Amino acid sequence: MKVGIVVFPGINRERDAAAAFRTIAGTEPVMIWHRETELPAGLDLIFVPGGFSYGDYLRPGAMAAHSPIMREIKKAADEGRHVAGVCNGFQIICEAGLLPGALMRNASLKFVCRDVLLAVETSNSPFTRAYNAGDVLQVPVAHHDGNYFADEKTLDILEGEDRIAFRYCDPEGYAEEGWNPNGAQRNIAGILSENRRVLGMMPHPENAVDPLLGSSDGAGLFKSLASLVS
Amino acid sequence: MKARIHVTLKPGVLDPQGKAIQNALGGMGFEGVDEVRQGKYIEVDLTETDRAKAEAAVKTMCEKLLANTVVENYTIELV
Repeated sequence: MKVGIVVFPGINRERDAAAAFRTIAGTEPVMIWHRETELPAGLDLIFVPGGFSYGDYLRPGAMAAHSPIMREIKKAADEGRHVAGVCNGFQIICEAGLLPGALMRNASLKFVCRDVLLAVETSNSPFTRAYNAGDVLQVPVAHHDGNYFADEKTLDILEGEDRIAFRYCDPEGYAEEGWNPNGAQRNIAGILSENRRVLGMMPHPENAVDPLLGSSDGAGLFKSLASLVS
Repeated sequence: MKARIHVTLKPGVLDPQGKAIQNALGGMGFEGVDEVRQGKYIEVDLTETDRAKAEAAVKTMCEKLLANTVVENYTIELV
């Protein structure tokens, strides 16, 4: 599997993501600067990492979504290549129209930086196939704007098409409101595109890949991707 | 020509910041504040002198960048 990690000014999790791909998926990613106008040839997965691209000016992800490289990433996604956006990366790919909905200010208005529990909602995706539906993962979040919003019709479509990848949940795996760190609709933490090849999620699986980090539950995502070929 | 753009959350979209402002106003003793919605105000100075062209350009700016039309509405005023 060949992975490219997109680097925008203000991004800060790109090296964590690279380390996770290196240690878990056994592949050394290439870094792609946002002003590049072409993607490296032969990428199977484009990873848009977390951080604070452009200082979250205007709206988180709004500026990055119009970077030159994003045009190429949209094109690559249309051609069926795999794209994953985590945290700010999720905000960026939503702003760019790769996924439906928007990430709004946390309902608590507070920046939330702690471990949360996630229920794996589907193993039917290249990103989650190493998990079983119903698995409960402990993974950190670190965001101010992770409150997923989409209109009711879109939410129904996401549910109907089994496109919700992860939900915030209680220790038994139930999506209880009290375990939702940001007010996201229907406790949604991560979603898939219609062709299931684009994933956006707020929590940071790349920061839960080693017991030293408090949890290695995020490793399954990188294991799922290890044998990926676009 | 100057464009004055207001970007506001669509009705029905939760606005926790507006809610916090409303609570603060209540705490300060201001009565009768039914609801507060927070938005953004953006000014864009344009070299375009043709009103119709300017309006069309600013509308495209709003659709593409200044507003996220999934959750926000916008209004444009040219002065």
